[in-house]
Amino acid sequence: MSAATVSPLHGGMGTPRHHILSVLVENKAGVLSRVAGLFSRRGFNIYSLAVAPTDEHEHFSRITIVVDVESAPLEQVIMQLDKLINVVSIGELSPSEAVERELLLVTVAVGPTERSQVIQLVGVFGGEVVSVGADQLTVMLAGRPEKIDDFEGLLEQYTVVELQRTGRVALPKLDRH
Amino acid sequence: MQLTGAQALIKSLEMQGVDVMFGLPGGAILPVYDPIIDSSIRHILVRHEQGAGHMAEGYAMVTGKPGVAMVTSGPGATNIVTPLANAYMDSTPLIVVSGQVATGSIGTDAFQECDITGVTMGITKHNWLIKDVDDIPSVVAAAFHVATTGRPGPVLIDFPKDIANATMEWYWPSSVEDLDLPGYHPVTAGDPELIRQAAGLIRQAHRPVLYVGGGVLKSRAADVLRALAERTGIPVVTTLMARGAFPDSHPQCLGMPGMHGNYTAVTAMQRSDLLISLGARFDDRVTGKISAFAPEAKIIHVDIDPAELGKVRTADVGIAGDCAMVAEELLSAMNADSETPVVQDLTPWWEQIHTWQEQFPLYYDHTEGGAIKPQMVVEQLRDAAPADAIVVAGVGQHQMWASQYWQFDYPYTWVNSGGAGTMGFAVPASIGAKVGRPDRMVWAIDGDGCFQMTAQELVTATAEQIPVKVAILNNAYLGMVRQWQEMFYEERYSEVYLSPDLPDYVKWAEAMGCVGIRAESPEDVGPAIEKANSIDDRPVVVDFRTDAFEKVFPMVAAGRSNDDIVVHPDQAAPPR
Repeated sequence: MSAATVSPLHGGMGTPRHHILSVLVENKAGVLSRVAGLFSRRGFNIYSLAVAPTDEHEHFSRITIVVDVESAPLEQVIMQLDKLINVVSIGELSPSEAVERELLLVTVAVGPTERSQVIQLVGVFGGEVVSVGADQLTVMLAGRPEKIDDFEGLLEQYTVVELQRTGRVALPKLDRH
Repeated sequence: MQLTGAQALIKSLEMQGVDVMFGLPGGAILPVYDPIIDSSIRHILVRHEQGAGHMAEGYAMVTGKPGVAMVTSGPGATNIVTPLANAYMDSTPLIVVSGQVATGSIGTDAFQECDITGVTMGITKHNWLIKDVDDIPSVVAAAFHVATTGRPGPVLIDFPKDIANATMEWYWPSSVEDLDLPGYHPVTAGDPELIRQAAGLIRQAHRPVLYVGGGVLKSRAADVLRALAERTGIPVVTTLMARGAFPDSHPQCLGMPGMHGNYTAVTAMQRSDLLISLGARFDDRVTGKISAFAPEAKIIHVDIDPAELGKVRTADVGIAGDCAMVAEELLSAMNADSETPVVQDLTPWWEQIHTWQEQFPLYYDHTEGGAIKPQMVVEQLRDAAPADAIVVAGVGQHQMWASQYWQFDYPYTWVNSGGAGTMGFAVPASIGAKVGRPDRMVWAIDGDGCFQMTAQELVTATAEQIPVKVAILNNAYLGMVRQWQEMFYEERYSEVYLSPDLPDYVKWAEAMGCVGIRAESPEDVGPAIEKANSIDDRPVVVDFRTDAFEKVFPMVAAGRSNDDIVVHPDQAAPPR
C-alpha cells in the first residue's frame, strides 16, 4: 500500500462503509470463539479485532470488531450476537460518530543515512523510537487508523523487517453540548 | 454438607425437578453413574446416544418440561450432536450432560477426548465446561434457566471426570438473580404501542390469515390463540411445528401451509393482505420462493426471539415478545376500542376460502384392489385412536402424510423433526413421548428408511416397559428422495431402493421383544391396527407394505413460488 491509496475500508467516494462493533462480553474462556464463530458462519470477514479486559476485576472484556459489509446482513449478525449468553451489550459505532485509534509497531532496517530520515519521519508523525539496534529501528505510532496508513505508506521506501498493527479500538464521540 | 461433584450434579438435577433422564454410561461419566443408583431420578438406558437425545426431545415436546440426557465423552458426546442440532432447529429445551476427560488431560488427545463444547457451539443455545467443582449447582441452574426461558433450546454441560470426583460444600442458588448470567435477558411482554398498531392493521385487513408456528406451543398459547381467532373470525394455518396448536376440526382451521401443505392453506397465505405470524419464522419450506411469497400481505410478526423479526421478511409491525402474552394484549387492545369493529367483513374472504376448500381438498386415489395406500393407513390409524393420542413422525413422505391426514385437535399431540429434518427421529422420540405421557396412546408413524436408522431403541422400550406403537409405512424406498427423482430427475432413480423385506421387520420386531404384525393388502390394515391397539404391555411394530409409487401432494417444488403449487394429477389443475 502506498500513501496515495485509500484504505480498503473506505469507499472510493471517501465515505467509510466499514462498521465498528463494540461488544461487551463476559471475560470467560471460549467467548471470543463464540463471537468470531457467528461472523464466520455467515461468511463475514472480520477486518480487525481488538480485545482486552475493561474492569479491574477482569469480569468483562470489550471486543472491538471492524467488519466491511452491507448494513442489512450486519443487523442480523448483531441480533444473533445479542443472543449469545456471554454477550452483555453491543454498540454499533458509525465511523463519523466514533473516536478510533490504533497502534503500530514496526521494525525498519536502516543504514547510516536512512537512520536519521526515519527518526525524522517518526518525529513528524508524533511516534516514538522504542528499540534501537545496530542496523534496525523499532518504532511505535499510535493514532487514527488513516494516520497509521499514511505512515505505513511512507515507510515503504525503506526495508520493513516486521510490522504489527493492533487493529482499531473505538468509543463514541462525546456530545459537545 | 460435603458432596462429590458427581453427587452434586445428580442432586442439582433433582433440585430442578428432573424425574427421568435418558443416557448411556462410559469411562469419563462413570463417577456420575454411581449416585444415580441412590437417586429418585429414573434413568433409561438407551442403546445408542442419539436415541437418548431424541427421547429427551420427545419427552420435552409432549410435557413442556426440559428433557435430560447423559452421555460419556468423545464418541458418546458426538453421538448426541444430531439431537442437539435437531433441538436447536426446533427450539426444544434439552439438557445434555457429557462426560469429559480430567481437566489435566484436556487438550492432550487423551482417550475418548473430544472438544464437545467447541463442536456444539453453533448448535446449542449455550454450553458450559465445568472447571471448578463449586460451580456445579450454579451451572446446572443456569443451564435449565437458559434452556427453558426466552426461545427455548438445547444446552450442554461438559463435565470432566476429576470434577466429578472432587468434593464441594453443597449449596443451591436461591434465585435466578443469583445466577451468573449478566448478558441474558429474554424478552416477554410486547411493546404496547406496537400491539396497538397491530390491532389497527387487523382492523383494516380484508384477507387476513393467522400464521401459527411452533412458538405458540412453546408459550402454551393455544387457548388465547383460539380466543383471538374466534374473536376476529380470521382463518388459521398451523405450520408443521404447530400442528395441534389450533384444532383441525375447527371451522376456521385451514390446516398446514408449506411445500406439502394443503392447497387452501398455501393459497390463502399467498393471496392474503395481512399475515399475523405468531411464533413462526418464515421458513423456506413455508414461504417457497421468498421474493414471490404473499406479495400483497402486510406482516405482523410476533416472536420471542428478536433476531427472527425481519430475518427473512420485513415486518410492518414486528413485536418481540412471548406469543401468549402478546396475543392476550392484542385481544385487550382490540376490545378496548368498542367504537370500531375488530375486523372488516370477512365474508367475501371466507367465500373464496370455501371455494378453494371444495375445489382442492386433500386427495389421494382410493381405487380398490391395489396396494395399500399410505394415506389410508394414516386415516385408519387416526380413526382407531383416541382423540388425544400422540403421533410421532420421522422425516420424509410418511411425515407429510401423517401431518396431512391425522386430525390434530389437541396441542402437544404431534412430535416430529421439523427444521433439521432428522431421519430416525420417530422411534426414540416416541419412546420419550410415552415416558412423558404414559397415560396416552403413542403411535410412531415411520418410514422404512427412518426405522432402520434408530430401530434398536425398541430394545430400550421393551426392557423399560414403554409400550409404544410403530407403524412403518414400508414402501421399500427412501420415498421422498424417490419422489424428487421421479419428478425432477427424469425418473433416474439413484440409490433409493431399500427392499420391502430386507430386513424382515416382523422378525426384527420380535427379536427386540416387540409384537410384530404385517399388513400386505388393504383388508389387512384394519385388523392389524385393531390388534396393535389391543396390546398395551409391550411395544408393537406394524409393517404396512404400502404403494411404492404414491407421491405426496400438493407440492411446491423447491425454490418455486407458492403460486406454482401442484395438486394431485387427478384433480383439475388450479387456475394460475
